Amino acid sequence: MKSLSFQDMILTLHAYWGARGCAILQPYDMRVGAGTFHPATTLRSLGPEPWNVAYVQPSRRPTDGRYGENPNRLQHYYQYQVILKPSPADLQEQYLGSLAAIGIDPLLHDIRFVEDDWESPTLGAWGLGWEVWCDGMEVTQFTYFQQMGGFDCKPVAGELTYGLERLAMYIQNVDNVYDLRFSDPVGDVPGVSYGDVFLENERQFSKWNFEVADTDSLFAGFKAAEAECQRAIEANVPLAAYDQAIEASHLFNLLQARGVISVQERANYMARVRDLAKGSCKAWIDSQSERWAAKYPGWVL
Amino acid sequence: MTDFLLELRSEEIPARMQAGARAELEKLFRAQLAAAGISVGDLTIWSTPRRLALIARDLPEATAAVSEELKGPRSSAPPQALEGFLRKTGLTQDQLEDRDGVYFAVIDKPGRATAEVLAEAVPAIIRAFAWPKSMRWGKDSASSESLRWVRPLSGIVAIFGEELIPCEVGGVASDYATRGHRFHCPGEITIGSASDYAEKLRACHVIVDHEERQAMIRDGAAKAAADAGLTLVADEGLVIENAGLTEWPVPLVGRFDEAFLEVPPEVIQLTARVNQKYFVVNDAAGKLANGFVCTANIDAVDGGAEIVAGNRKVLAARLSDARFFWEQDRKTALADHAKKLDRITFHEKLGTVADKVERVAKLAEWLASEGIVPNCDPALARQAAKLAKADLVTEMVGEFPELQGLMGGYYARAEGLGDAVADAIRDHYKPVGQGDDVPTAPVTVAVALADKLDVFTQFFVLIDEAPTGSKDPFALRRAALGVIAIILRNDLRFRLEQVLLKAVEDDLDKFGVVWEGHTEKKLAAFFADRLKVQQREAGVRHDLIDAVFALGGEDDLVRLLARVNALQAFMATDDGANLLAGYKRAANILKQAGQGSPANAGAQGCAEPTETDARPGLRLSPESMTVHDATLLAALNTAEPAASTAVAEERFTDAMAALASLRAPIDAFFDGVMVNDPDEAVRAYRLGLLARFTGAVHGVADFSKIEG
Repeated sequence: MKSLSFQDMILTLHAYWGARGCAILQPYDMRVGAGTFHPATTLRSLGPEPWNVAYVQPSRRPTDGRYGENPNRLQHYYQYQVILKPSPADLQEQYLGSLAAIGIDPLLHDIRFVEDDWESPTLGAWGLGWEVWCDGMEVTQFTYFQQMGGFDCKPVAGELTYGLERLAMYIQNVDNVYDLRFSDPVGDVPGVSYGDVFLENERQFSKWNFEVADTDSLFAGFKAAEAECQRAIEANVPLAAYDQAIEASHLFNLLQARGVISVQERANYMARVRDLAKGSCKAWIDSQSERWAAKYPGWVL
Repeated sequence: MTDFLLELRSEEIPARMQAGARAELEKLFRAQLAAAGISVGDLTIWSTPRRLALIARDLPEATAAVSEELKGPRSSAPPQALEGFLRKTGLTQDQLEDRDGVYFAVIDKPGRATAEVLAEAVPAIIRAFAWPKSMRWGKDSASSESLRWVRPLSGIVAIFGEELIPCEVGGVASDYATRGHRFHCPGEITIGSASDYAEKLRACHVIVDHEERQAMIRDGAAKAAADAGLTLVADEGLVIENAGLTEWPVPLVGRFDEAFLEVPPEVIQLTARVNQKYFVVNDAAGKLANGFVCTANIDAVDGGAEIVAGNRKVLAARLSDARFFWEQDRKTALADHAKKLDRITFHEKLGTVADKVERVAKLAEWLASEGIVPNCDPALARQAAKLAKADLVTEMVGEFPELQGLMGGYYARAEGLGDAVADAIRDHYKPVGQGDDVPTAPVTVAVALADKLDVFTQFFVLIDEAPTGSKDPFALRRAALGVIAIILRNDLRFRLEQVLLKAVEDDLDKFGVVWEGHTEKKLAAFFADRLKVQQREAGVRHDLIDAVFALGGEDDLVRLLARVNALQAFMATDDGANLLAGYKRAANILKQAGQGSPANAGAQGCAEPTETDARPGLRLSPESMTVHDATLLAALNTAEPAASTAVAEERFTDAMAALASLRAPIDAFFDGVMVNDPDEAVRAYRLGLLARFTGAVHGVADFSKIEG
C-alpha cells in the first residue's frame, strides 16, 4: 500500500480526532514557536470546562534555520496539536490508534514512551509525560499539563504534539524533508513535494532571520508588544493581551537568531515574556471566573 | 501461611525512577504490615515501565490476638482524670481493674484477618508513595485533592493466596486482571495467585523481573555485536536504563555511515548514548566502529530490519548535526571563540568568564616562571590558559556540555597548536573527582592548578562562599581536592598560603578582604580537612595529619605529607606506641604541675641548654641525679639535635628514629624515678626534663593530637 502524502496524513489525523469528538480548529494566525502557543491550548487549558480540539499549527523557530541545506532542520514547520480536557483514561490507546491510522504498525516499529517532562519557561507552564519514540525517533510530545501561566490545570489536559514532517519522513521513508510528497498526483495534475512548497522559504527566511532582520525595529517591536499587552490587560481584553505576549515571544526568538541577546540578557527577556503570558492567563481567568463559578459550583482556582 | 501479590500498573514510569520506586514500595509495605503486627520476611519486588510488583511469601492468615494494658489514674484521683481515661480507652468504669489503688484498662485485641489488613494497606501505600515528581490527571484532577502518581495509575492487582483483596484508590479498583505487553498482548490476563504471576506475564511478552531483563540486554547486546564481528562497549548504566524502558527487550545491531567516524569518538559515543540510549561498539583493533546496538521492546514481525533502519536514520541525523558542529566550530580559531567569553557571566559578583580566563592565564604563567611548576614554559602556560575555556562558546559544547575541555583539545590540535597546549586545554578540568587522572604534563599542571586555585580563592576568599554542610554550590571542595591531588602527584614544592594569596591578591582591596589572620586561618583549616578526606582512601590517619598541621607554619603539602607518612609508619611500631604513651604521661604530669602546654615548653627547651642542664639554668647536683635522670638527659642531648636536623633536611624517617631513641630512656625514667620528689629542686629538675622531652617530640609532631 502506498504511504500517505503529507496532506493526506493531516487529513487522516483530522478525521481520526474529529471522530473522537474533537473540534478541528484552524491554525492561529500569528507567528508562534509551537502549537502550544495557540490560545486554544494556552488559555483553554485553564478552567473547569471540557475542551477537546485538534489543529495544525505552523511553527517558527528562527534559530533552527539551515538555509534549506539540512535535511532535518527547518525554521518553519508544522505541528499537529491535540488537546483533550480532562485527559481521558485511554489517552495512550487513542494516541496509538492515531499512529495506526496513518500507517504505523506497532509490531513492525518500536514505539516507546520515554520520559520527557515538558516545561515552557516563557509560558510559565509545565507538565509530565514522554517523548514518543518510533524506532528511536521522537515523533510526538505527550504531556499531561499540570500548570499553565503559573496556574494549576484543573482538570488536567492531555496534550499531544505530533512533529508532522518527522512523522511523514518516517511514513514515506525519505531521508530529506524536501523530498516528502506533499500531495499526490491526480490524473494529469502533478503532485508537489515539500521542497516545491517550502525550500525557497527556508532559504529566504534563514537569511532574513540570521542576517537581515533589523534589530532596532525588533527591539522596538518587543517593547511595543510589551506595552500593548499591559494596556490590553488593563482594558480587560485578555485575548488581545495574549496576542501581544505571543508577538513579544516571537520577536525575542528573532533577536536570539540575530545573536544580539547576550547570555545574561537572555534570562531577563524570557522573564519578561513569561510575565506577559502569565498576566494574560491571569486576566483570562479573571474574565471567565464568574461564568465558571456559575457553571461549576465548588470549582476553585 | 499464604503468599500475597501486589501489582500497581501505570502509564510508563521513567526508567531512572524505577529503582527508587522498588525501594519505596518495600519500605511502605513493611511499615504498613509492621504497624498491624505482621512481620514480613523476604520480599520480591520487580519493576517494568508499566508496573511495580511485590510478592510477600508466607504471611499469616491473621494477626495474633494481643492484650494491651494501659495504666490509668489513681482511684483517688479527681473524677475528671478517670473520665478522661474512660474516654481514651472507650471502656466503662466497671471494666477497669483496680490494682492497689491504680486503675488499669486491659484491652483484648482479637487478631485481624491479614486480608483485612492488606485491604487497608494497599490504598495507604499508594497514597503515601513518594515519587521524585508526581502528577494529577483525568476528570478527578478538577479538584486539588485528587490522587497523585508518577503517571496515571491504571490498575491494581492484589491477591492474597487466591483471594482478591478488595480495595480502591483514585477510582481504580483491585482486580484479578492485568495486562500483558502493550503491543504483543494488549488484552486482559487473569492472574490466579502470586505463583503464576511471572509466568503468565512471560507468556504475554512481559519479563517482569527487571534483573532478568537487564541480563537479557547485557548478554543479548554483547552477542548481537559479536555476531556482527564487533565488540560491545559495556555500559551498565545503559543496561539498566534500557531495562527500564522495555518489557520485552530485544537488542539489535545496526551500522551507520563510516564517514561519520571523522567526528571525535567521544562525540559519537555521547550522541548514541545520551540521545538515543544506544550502545557503541569497537572493531577488532579496539577502535570505535561504525556500529551501534539499540534495544527494541518488541519481537518485530520482520525480525527488526525496519527498526534498525529507522534507528540508523535517527542516529545519522544526530551525527550529521554533530558533524555540522564539528565543521562549524573549526572554521573559527579558538582565540576568536575565546573573544566571546566576555558575554558569559562567571558569577554576578565576579565578572565574566573572560575576566576569569585572564586571571588564570596570569597565574599559570607565574606558577611556571617561579618554577613552582617545574619544566614549564611560562609562555605556553599562558597560551593554553587563554584558550582553555574557548570551547564553552562552541556549538558542540553548547550541545554537549560534558565535552568541555575535550573539544577544546581537539580544536586546538586541528588548528595546529602543539600537543602541550592542546593537552592542557583538554585536561585542565582534571581531576574531576577522586580516582580521576591527575595531570602530570607541565603545561597542563600549570593551567589545571591555576584554574582550580582561581575558582577556589574567588569564591572562598572574595565573596565568602565557603561550603557549609552539604551545601557546596560552586564545588569548592572538589577544587581544593584537585589542588591537593595535583600538588602531591607532581611533588610540587611551595607554600600553599603564598600561592593562594598570589591567586587573589589583585582583588583583595576591591572586595575589602583582609588576608592576614582570619582568612589565612580559615583557608588552612579548610585545606587540612580536604587533605584528610583526600588521604583517607590512602589509609592515612586524620589525627596524624592534625598532629603535623597543629605545629603551624607548615603548608608545603608535599613536605607535610612526607612527615605524616613517616609519623604513621613510626606509630605503627612498638617504639612509636610506647613513645606516645610516655608522651601522654609526661604531658599529664606537666599539666598537673601547671607547666603550660608542651608546645611552649618545647620552644624554650630547644634554646641552647648546656650538656648538664635539664633546661637552661636548671641544674642538679651530681649526687641528687639518678642514672635514669642522667640517661634521659643524655638521650635528649643526642636526640634533640638529631631530630631537628633531620626535620630541617626533610629526613622524616630519621627524625622518627631520633624520637625512637628516647623511648627506652623515658620508659626507664618513669619506672625508676619519682618526678614529684619531695625535694623541690629535684622535682623542678625532673619536670624540666619532661618538658624537654615533650618539646623534643613536638619538634616532629604535636603528639597531643594523636589518638590512642
